[in-house]
Amino acid sequence: MSASTNARPTAARPAGEAPGAPEFVAEGGDWAEIAAEAERLGEERIVVNMGPVHPSTHGVLRLVLEIDGETVRELRVGTGYLHTGIEKNMEYRTWTQGVTFCTRMDYVAPFFQEVAYCLGVEKLLGVTDEVPVRASLIRVLLMELNRIASHLVAIGTGGNELGATTMMTVAFRGREDILRIFERITGLRMNHAFIRPGGVAQDLPPGTTDYVRELLPNIRLSVKELQDLTVENPIFKRRQQKVGYVSLAASMALGLTGPSVRAAGLPLDMRKLQPYCGYETYDFEVPTRDYSDSYNRTMVRFDECYESIKIVLQALDRLDATPGPVMVADKKIAWPAQLSIGSDGQGNSLEHIKEIMSTSMESLIHHFKLVTEGFRVPAGQVFQTVEHAKGVMGVHVVSDGGTRPYRAHFRDPSYSNLQSTAMMTEGGQLADVVVTLASLDPVLGGVDR
Amino acid sequence: MGIEEKVPAGFMLGTVEKVVGLARKSSVWPVTMGLACCAIEMMATGTPRFDISRFGMEVFRASPRHADLMIVSGRVSHKMAPVIRNVYDQMPEPKWVISMGVCASSGGMFNNYAIVQGVDHILPVDIYLPGCPPRPEMLLNAILELHEQIRNSPLGVNREEAARKAEEAALAATPTHQMKGLLA
Amino acid sequence: MSERDDEKQSAAGAAKPGASSAEVGQRATASALEAGSQNIPAGPRGGRTQLEVIATHRGLFGVEGTGDTSGFGGLVSTIALPPASERPYGGWFDEVVDILVEILTEQGLDPEAVLEKVVVDRGELTIFVAREHIDTVCRALRDDQDLRFELCLGVSGVHYPQDSGRELHAVYQLMSVTHVRQLRLEVACPDSDPHIPTVVDTYPGNDWHERETWDMFGIVFDGHPSLARTLMPDDWVGHPQRKDYPLGGIPVEYKGAVVPPPDNRRSYR
Repeated sequence: MSASTNARPTAARPAGEAPGAPEFVAEGGDWAEIAAEAERLGEERIVVNMGPVHPSTHGVLRLVLEIDGETVRELRVGTGYLHTGIEKNMEYRTWTQGVTFCTRMDYVAPFFQEVAYCLGVEKLLGVTDEVPVRASLIRVLLMELNRIASHLVAIGTGGNELGATTMMTVAFRGREDILRIFERITGLRMNHAFIRPGGVAQDLPPGTTDYVRELLPNIRLSVKELQDLTVENPIFKRRQQKVGYVSLAASMALGLTGPSVRAAGLPLDMRKLQPYCGYETYDFEVPTRDYSDSYNRTMVRFDECYESIKIVLQALDRLDATPGPVMVADKKIAWPAQLSIGSDGQGNSLEHIKEIMSTSMESLIHHFKLVTEGFRVPAGQVFQTVEHAKGVMGVHVVSDGGTRPYRAHFRDPSYSNLQSTAMMTEGGQLADVVVTLASLDPVLGGVDR
Repeated sequence: MGIEEKVPAGFMLGTVEKVVGLARKSSVWPVTMGLACCAIEMMATGTPRFDISRFGMEVFRASPRHADLMIVSGRVSHKMAPVIRNVYDQMPEPKWVISMGVCASSGGMFNNYAIVQGVDHILPVDIYLPGCPPRPEMLLNAILELHEQIRNSPLGVNREEAARKAEEAALAATPTHQMKGLLA
Repeated sequence: MSERDDEKQSAAGAAKPGASSAEVGQRATASALEAGSQNIPAGPRGGRTQLEVIATHRGLFGVEGTGDTSGFGGLVSTIALPPASERPYGGWFDEVVDILVEILTEQGLDPEAVLEKVVVDRGELTIFVAREHIDTVCRALRDDQDLRFELCLGVSGVHYPQDSGRELHAVYQLMSVTHVRQLRLEVACPDSDPHIPTVVDTYPGNDWHERETWDMFGIVFDGHPSLARTLMPDDWVGHPQRKDYPLGGIPVEYKGAVVPPPDNRRSYR
């Protein structure tokens, strides 16, 4: 073994190597010298896997990080761990049953998927104008409450991932009130499948508007408590300000929508741009900031919660003033929306049963055909966008004239938002990855569908 | 001043199984295996309203080495299955599994190419909890059921005996789709 | 009264379409009824409807050999998508198509060859683009002052197995925030050669959407930086959302009976 010290970075490197990367050739010599040389250069990249099971990745998300010390050099995102084949499954179910599937995509804010899908189906049917006002009011009420719930989860789990568990308990406490409202109206806390093509599944139980008004102060208090914990908190500010910055041009190029792009300064909100469900008649603002870092994204979410509470109050007043049906009048589409609570749970109301069994043969046939076969939707395709809590959600529905969707594709906002993670985090610190991801708020059910 | 006074010569008798069972059930630490919608309900169970902390279980360990219980909450895709098995294998004995929700118990509403039709294809499950998603109270019920199971579980030779008996019963049992005559 | 009208409408096979676009507001023509199609959208005013037939279905229940004696097994239904629309399209659609035609002519391309078809249906504009020129069209739509479709809301794949030569469609939805408009580009490619040039250079946000479309449909986007599987495991074989890929469920076991999975059950099409 010769004692030659050939342990020096060589200039020659084979084709394909990254230029500037030093290369160490060891031909005999002292290993300690090579190690000292490497240490002197101070470059040591390791590949770390923040695997699908991780308390801080907001779900089953896999991040492969190439870090150099504490700095993230490269970030690659691995999705697909929650892929459920919902879109393909919807092709084997009727149009109304499709709602139960699409609801489970973004499970934190299920109403938005339901509304987007139902609006798309209604566009295909051509009954958008025949959906009763009360149904639209109920949809708006549920969507806005869901927006508040989704933001509470986002901010709460963000805090939890940073180690502030109290933020999660406070946020979920506020969310519990909202879930109680949902349970009262729809029967379920999550994944409701309440919004049907043509309207909603059933009318609000009596006393709901007063109940919501009663609980709104508690919800507002929870949001306010979260704000008190975060807005002027020096630790929160140090961790979140100037972290995960994305410019407006980059957001538009990458398809990043929602609170992130509103924090960058553009009031991109489908409720204002292309209103649906009567949003043009409500009085609310689209909050923006001027610099899209994690802190401002969280602040935008808080502002949106207050705006949503404003909309909820307006919706409640209108609901009190607008009695009426909650389903389209066309009996060939309208799912029987008269349900009531009987001795064995929720089911068809006795009046409805009396009607279909003794009074109207046609009602019976309609009920039967709708439940077994479903209605037929004329062939064609539409794209419906709604303002999801996390961004712009789009639904591309293709019909071939049958009782089932030929293709229902959901442009989920979290999927597109997650693309910008690499841009926001590369070059930053490892701990900032968690902060950025939390402020981006991906929900993996929507990402993987 | 208490029961110790009444017991003859100050001794109490019990079985090792009873004491160990009582100790084991008293603070079961779950591992963070929250996958989908059920995970949100699991997180809600940890919050003050439903408070899993009264059973000493609010500490969801991220490291499977510290955990006793895996609550598989949510749909298990084929891509995720090896990861779950990996985490399960890393958990030290004794360990239990609750499959929370219908997707984890049987594939749920997703009877398709992407979802493992029941996490019991890859893990031994102790408690199946249906629901889509199950309410936090239902999860607490499942946990209490599991506590009863843990409290009464046999040890040592008894355990092997019980496992053998369970396997024999399962092999001799009628398959579900051949259970006829139940409607009578 | 209204129910009888409803019956008439459904007998004619057309339902009332969306309110905005005035052109496509009429009932199906007799030719469509002759062809046996159900619920096809209405064509342009007057004249015969040129059907855009994409498939012919036999039977009402979707599965064969299940002992169905209802007679619906002999039903033949023609599936037709909305046909090409005629000028004027209505609203801002004409303006956009005109500007696009102008830009393409300036670039020396033949607009007829690039823009295969324009469909205005239910208040939405769909432009069918020849696949070689999709990036050019996207760039024109994005950069021109009057068009400014800055946001691409993703690519969606659709598989029409019976539309031979054009089985795989990729649907790009573009949104203009400046002008508050949405438009759809559709590109078709055959199963035997499923290649479409990528638009990632124009719309970087389409990166993952194209990966997903590759993953689910098998459309190869030429020029994409890393066309890897995103939803399925990396070594998965097959493209799940194609129509010839089975749903893949297992029979559901009940006490005393077994129910076949959704794609094998006998249920209405």
